[in-house]
Amino acid sequence: MPDPIPSRAAAGAMGTTGGDRMPDAMISARGVRQVFRAGGREVVALDGIDLEIQEGEFVCLLGPSGCGKSTLLNAIAGFVPPSAGSLRAGGRPVTAPGPDRAMVFQEYALFPWMTVERNVAFGLELKGAPRAEIAREVDAWLHKLSLQDFRDRYPKDLSGGMRQRVAIARALAIDSPVLLMDEPFGALDALTRRNLQDELLRVWSELRKTVVFVTHGIEESIYLADRVVVMTYRPGTVKRIVPITLPRPRDPASAEFNELKKAVAGLVMEEQLRHQEAEAHGATAD
Amino acid sequence: MRARLVPLLRAVVIPAAVLLLWEGLSRAGRVSPQILPPPSQVLRRWVAYLLPTEPFDPASGESRLLWLVSGELPRDAFGSLQRVLVGFAIGAGLALPLGLLMGAKEWVHQLFDPLVQVLRPIPPIAYIPLSILWFGLGNPPAYFLISLGAFFPVLMNTIAGVRSVDAIYVRAARNLGAGEGVLFRRVILPAATPYILTGVRVGMGVAFIVVIVAEMIAVNSGLGYRILEAREFLWSDKIIAGMLTIGLAGLGIDLGMNALNRRLLRWHRGIEQGR
Repeated sequence: MPDPIPSRAAAGAMGTTGGDRMPDAMISARGVRQVFRAGGREVVALDGIDLEIQEGEFVCLLGPSGCGKSTLLNAIAGFVPPSAGSLRAGGRPVTAPGPDRAMVFQEYALFPWMTVERNVAFGLELKGAPRAEIAREVDAWLHKLSLQDFRDRYPKDLSGGMRQRVAIARALAIDSPVLLMDEPFGALDALTRRNLQDELLRVWSELRKTVVFVTHGIEESIYLADRVVVMTYRPGTVKRIVPITLPRPRDPASAEFNELKKAVAGLVMEEQLRHQEAEAHGATAD
Repeated sequence: MRARLVPLLRAVVIPAAVLLLWEGLSRAGRVSPQILPPPSQVLRRWVAYLLPTEPFDPASGESRLLWLVSGELPRDAFGSLQRVLVGFAIGAGLALPLGLLMGAKEWVHQLFDPLVQVLRPIPPIAYIPLSILWFGLGNPPAYFLISLGAFFPVLMNTIAGVRSVDAIYVRAARNLGAGEGVLFRRVILPAATPYILTGVRVGMGVAFIVVIVAEMIAVNSGLGYRILEAREFLWSDKIIAGMLTIGLAGLGIDLGMNALNRRLLRWHRGIEQGR
């Protein structure tokens, strides 16, 4: 069987989009290490992460649970600063969370006391945008994500898919160059997920935001990304970067797609096995 | 028609039976009317208590509406209600900001918590002697006691409310660019409202108990004072009429609280159930 994945060196060097735009990467991580203390023991969640993400690129962080992909995303978002190494976004070191790196959370994190409209407006209000502009922007985003009929609803009255639409609208409304997404479609049913994936790709191809998308779905990562960053299980490191050059829209039933899927699945499976072994070992050691 | 009538009938059958039995017992002369006057007599007394004491005098220049509520009962009820509201406003007005700070800042909590823990178990009623020494008789000691009664429930629930705010909301707000002030006003405060309103509800209930007791001891008007006064004259019908009025006032406060809850917690999941 031919290996559809190019060698690591080649993959790491190439940015599939935006390569001819800016020499400076939109997001760059150098030697990022993250150590947590859990019950008196040190857990190395991330170690030696080197990663450059170009402007306008769609990158998926893929790996089994416990590989630190969400930890890396939270570090980029500025929620938890790394224990060591450097993290830069938009040319500046990351020191705190900020509206230049809008985040979409798996659990939506909509403010339940605000209507759909107020949720989307919140970030714009914090920017101090004029009232008329806020109204116009909110209108535009509600339409773009087919939410206009739900503007006065509270989040509790929306389905999971609808809530995530609102969360995406809220993140996009502040017009941040970077969109960070933490397993945003993980809790949705397959049909809704595909729907939102397509919608996300549509918005992304229109606005060319830089997207960092965390997922444990192999098919999802290949369907969406320019590059899939496969991570190792604890400590989380970059195992392999897989460029996906299939033209969009991608067909998950096509032969090329499935070949990539098999190859990436192989990589993830190796880490899954390490995970299971580590757990079995941990169980006997404790 | 039938579907509406049957629940209504079920709702009135027990109260009606109790009233009939009570009336029958009293009329049969089984119990002294001084101990338990028949409900019809209580009702007559209640109406007399409710109506204006003086006939309407157009020459006085008073409005007819004011005259209508010039009876003893309306004045008592307004007096008690006003004491509850002022006392509650003072108590809750102090407890809310302190609770927000204690919930959000660990060092503020460390500063105030020991004092709170020592004072909290003292029933507000136990402050009555001190409050009379400090404030004399009349409204001031009542305000003091009622605010004390409202203070701790609002404080404790506000602290719990702030501490229960899901960290994900704080993260989301910071991510969208919220600073400390905005975070407090627009995220932590609204997220804590379900707890705070529980505190308000409990605090209101305590305030209502305290006002009746305070009026029995430290004030010369109000519903609490009136039923104690009626005992001096052995007017058991007026005592019962006063108690019913207290019950109705409590029910009114509770309905008001419900309306406030519904208004402020439209967004909240649990609002349809529970209450």
